[in-house]
Amino acid sequence: MLPGVAYFLLFHYGALVGNVIAFKEYVPFDGLWGSPWVGTGNFRRMFEDEAFWDAVLNTLWIAVLQLVFYFPVPLGLALLLHTLTWSSVRRFVQSVAYLPHFISWVIVVALFQQVLGDTGLLNSGLSGAGLHTVDIIGDPDAFKPLVVAQVIWKDAGWGTIIFLAALAQVDEQQYEAAAIDGAGPWRRFWHVTLPAIRPVIVLLIIMRLGDILSVGFEQMLLQRDAVGPEAAEVIDTFVYHQGIVGGDYGFAAAAGLFKGLIGALLVYAANKVAHRLGEQGVYR
Amino acid sequence: MSASVRPGWMEKPRPLTQAAKALALTAVVLLVCVPFLVIVSTSLASTQEVVDNGGWVLWPSEPTLDAYRDIFDGGIVTHALGVSAGVTIAGTLLSLACTVTLAYALSRPGVFGGKPVLLLVLFTFLFPPGMIPSFLLVKELGLLDSYASLVLPVLVNVFNLVVLRGFFQSIPEELYEAARLDGAGDWRVLVSVVLPLSKAALAVVGLFYAVAYWNSWFYASLYLESDHWPLQQVLRTYVVAGAGLTDATTGEATVTAPQTVQMAVLVIATVPILLVYPFLQKYFTKGVLTGAIKS
Repeated sequence: MLPGVAYFLLFHYGALVGNVIAFKEYVPFDGLWGSPWVGTGNFRRMFEDEAFWDAVLNTLWIAVLQLVFYFPVPLGLALLLHTLTWSSVRRFVQSVAYLPHFISWVIVVALFQQVLGDTGLLNSGLSGAGLHTVDIIGDPDAFKPLVVAQVIWKDAGWGTIIFLAALAQVDEQQYEAAAIDGAGPWRRFWHVTLPAIRPVIVLLIIMRLGDILSVGFEQMLLQRDAVGPEAAEVIDTFVYHQGIVGGDYGFAAAAGLFKGLIGALLVYAANKVAHRLGEQGVYR
Repeated sequence: MSASVRPGWMEKPRPLTQAAKALALTAVVLLVCVPFLVIVSTSLASTQEVVDNGGWVLWPSEPTLDAYRDIFDGGIVTHALGVSAGVTIAGTLLSLACTVTLAYALSRPGVFGGKPVLLLVLFTFLFPPGMIPSFLLVKELGLLDSYASLVLPVLVNVFNLVVLRGFFQSIPEELYEAARLDGAGDWRVLVSVVLPLSKAALAVVGLFYAVAYWNSWFYASLYLESDHWPLQQVLRTYVVAGAGLTDATTGEATVTAPQTVQMAVLVIATVPILLVYPFLQKYFTKGVLTGAIKS
């Protein structure tokens, strides 16, 4: 037990305490504790920084797009798989669909470059057919749909796992009873399937809301250079570039702390709403 | 091949519905498989064929292992492969050891300090410390440019911990009591009773850790000098960012199509995952869900 506890104390709580740097001006020579205090100066600078608000806006945009376009996909896929009666087909599709989750973002991005890039599969096909080529990877306007597509490709299959588990726990007899009462497939879906998996859907939405300001740090960082910060800077990459690259540690930590506080607040709020609606939520 | 079993109350879907379903499922399978096929094929194709084809090959006419030979001649990729393998193995073992002991302690009722420690751990899930403080911590601890910096800051994963704890809790209490009556101490119970019963959960959690260590590149770019980089970071630099790989690997100005070599590195980075995946795949649902449903 001790090594585990020690790990959490040092690398989580130790680092949490390190957030005091957000109220300081970090001087490498003086270290974390020796650096001078600047009060809320870093935060004031942050709120006046246009690049910061651009990053916030990008983050929210991508988060909303993900919520609308990504979130329903695993649910739909799970419902589709659930209706399959042929179990070997089902298991095969599941295995294939889970796989991309275990591939690193570096490889996923390289794969997308390979297929959609300048000289990729799609463009070779287009130019071969005598059509215009499209530069999807390097186009700032295409960036947001692109990253959502990547998330769908990588994690939609894996996302079905939790829905499938919820679906598997639905009592077969309820379906049977409904069918005997004359309910067709759609009625059964509406009155048996959906109510049964509602708690899981609510749970996942809450978790997503709490995490809404994190939209794939590695994914964005890997592709930021191709389209420029205007399109691809999110809060996490902003923190990275201001702090680690730019050396402005106090300022970057302030942005990170801001993000953490908003995230924690959102989880708390979403959980309260879930309780109001009579759902279990993430915690009680 | 297990056959189709349709419950008696379920009506047979209309042909149109069936066709739509089949189409959707085929699309899912193809969307995942085709990109991989392109990568493997391109890595096996000859330089000439890749150039003729405009950068990629769906099916090589004359497969050759030239690209792989170039890579394994010794050079950064060979070295990076060693680093990745070492970090993955050492990291996974350390992480598993720490996670198992902590999860076991937290799963038993009446452990001294159990409740506060559990809250302490769950709180970090809600409020992660942040990138800059973590970076400064690693720096102040003097871990910069050490392989430990890839492992220690991510030693225990809260999700994995919760999964294991849930699994341990699902073991019937009678087994614990029986072991106690036989005079087994905590360690004995853990090693002889709990662990053998938890193979599925251990396999899944171990896989999660191994995949995370194998796939990690960001910490390496943050904490390590370039000559200590693991495979993913090399991949990032030379494939995603497009720096010249051939010169750096072989040390001579070869004119091998970088494309085939790049794709070969991609394949090498993916293969270990493809190798362990089928063995562990059957445990996913079982291992993940016991924990996830509970939490």
